[in-house]
Amino acid sequence: MYKAMEDILREAKEHQLEFWEVVQMDDCKERDISKEESFLQMKKMYEAMKHADEAYDKELISASTLCGQDGEKMKQAKEKGNLLCGDFIGTVMEKALKMGESNACMKRIVAAPTAGSCGVLPAVLLALQEKEGISEEEIVKALYVAAGIGGVIASRAFLAGASGGCQAEIGSASAMAAGAVTYLKKGTPEQISDSSALALKGLLGLACDPVAGLVEVPCVKRNVIGAVNALTSSDMACAGIESKIPADEVFDAMKSIGRSLPTAIKETGEGGLAATPTGLKYKETLEQDF
Amino acid sequence: MNIADIIGPIMVGPSSSHTAGAVKIGRISKKLLGEEVAKADIYFHGSFLATGKGHGTDKALIAGLLGLSVDDERIPKSFILATEKELEFHFFGIDLGEVHPNTVKLNLTGIHGKSLEIIAASIGGGRIKITQIDGLTANFSGDYPTLVVHNLDQPGHVTEVTSMLGHKSINIATMQLYRDSRGGNAVMVIECDQEVPIASIHWLEKLEGIKKVTYLSLEED
Repeated sequence: MYKAMEDILREAKEHQLEFWEVVQMDDCKERDISKEESFLQMKKMYEAMKHADEAYDKELISASTLCGQDGEKMKQAKEKGNLLCGDFIGTVMEKALKMGESNACMKRIVAAPTAGSCGVLPAVLLALQEKEGISEEEIVKALYVAAGIGGVIASRAFLAGASGGCQAEIGSASAMAAGAVTYLKKGTPEQISDSSALALKGLLGLACDPVAGLVEVPCVKRNVIGAVNALTSSDMACAGIESKIPADEVFDAMKSIGRSLPTAIKETGEGGLAATPTGLKYKETLEQDF
Repeated sequence: MNIADIIGPIMVGPSSSHTAGAVKIGRISKKLLGEEVAKADIYFHGSFLATGKGHGTDKALIAGLLGLSVDDERIPKSFILATEKELEFHFFGIDLGEVHPNTVKLNLTGIHGKSLEIIAASIGGGRIKITQIDGLTANFSGDYPTLVVHNLDQPGHVTEVTSMLGHKSINIATMQLYRDSRGGNAVMVIECDQEVPIASIHWLEKLEGIKKVTYLSLEED
């Protein structure tokens, strides 16, 4: 995997390639597989995301009873025309909630990059595909863009909440999704890179403080902010707004912030929301039940 | 790590470490046992103990012991499946001391009487590490065909095993040796680039001084 966005941009420029092609070529080299095989595997990920979205069960509630059924509420509010954010953002929110809830309810999802942040990428990609009739092939290429960005973040920093807080999970997912959307909106490789920087900058420092240590509160709803933040970041980049700090340096900043965060807010369920009176009350009730 | 770890894996939620990792531990333990599991005593430590139930770690582990994969939608219903397949299981809490927070100890008995004790940790992103087999240190990921040989700590056993692998054109990826005391019980853990033929494993089992051979094959059952 590439260790710098700069390297991907340089490769793209030198060899007149698209961002996704640079990532794919690297994948073929690293895993010693053909372009066709690599593409087929990525397509399988897209299909699994689509299937997971369609398989959402509006009746399901998680074992802890802390989450479920919110995706359906969002859908109904959208259908009534009640949303300030409009239909498109409404669909993105709905899909992000649905995927996060499916994950919490032990349904099949695609970790992207993690299970806790599995709703961000499919929410923006599937909603955009529905809205603009984008081909499956283009969506798969956008997934390569996302994977390339995630790979650089993994190389320079981390993707796990236990290592770097929620910024490493939802923040990274949002940066990946922003780049993927910018590609689909015909942005340049530089704009792809800038949109990922803008997205992550908006979520730097985010704590991983899940109630009772479960991937439910606040994880499911944070998928919404990750997805919407990806869209606003992509819109900014495509409008020609630059990130004053280059993406690679933003990823490095995330690493240094993650290291400085106390362990109480790195997936231990000890600090932040988990340590609020209500959070503790939920935890107590669950311990009695289990 | 490669991009299939960034977008992927396809898995049953909610947690790569507490759910997918637990399935993988169960699955690899079953393969190491070498036969269907009849009875499993499962001891959860640390974070597995504290948050395992909410993450479905218990169901995931049983699913793995039944041979299911991390993306199998039957994982949430694994207890029912276990009853159908006559797999008896019990859960306990345990404090294993200074180990990874997501650690579990398994005592397994197979349908033909084989037994195995395993300690394993889920180290993040669905990746795992087997840290102990039958009381002796081990350290492997389950990503390679792995040969675990328990022998008496005597000269010559390492040569016997490695010559056999050489004859079969099997390349050793990594190799570790541990023993509990001089002349006591020893173990070698060998991760290979190719599968070891079952006949060669039977041959090893018959050698004097070799007490037990455990093999992890990555080939599908």
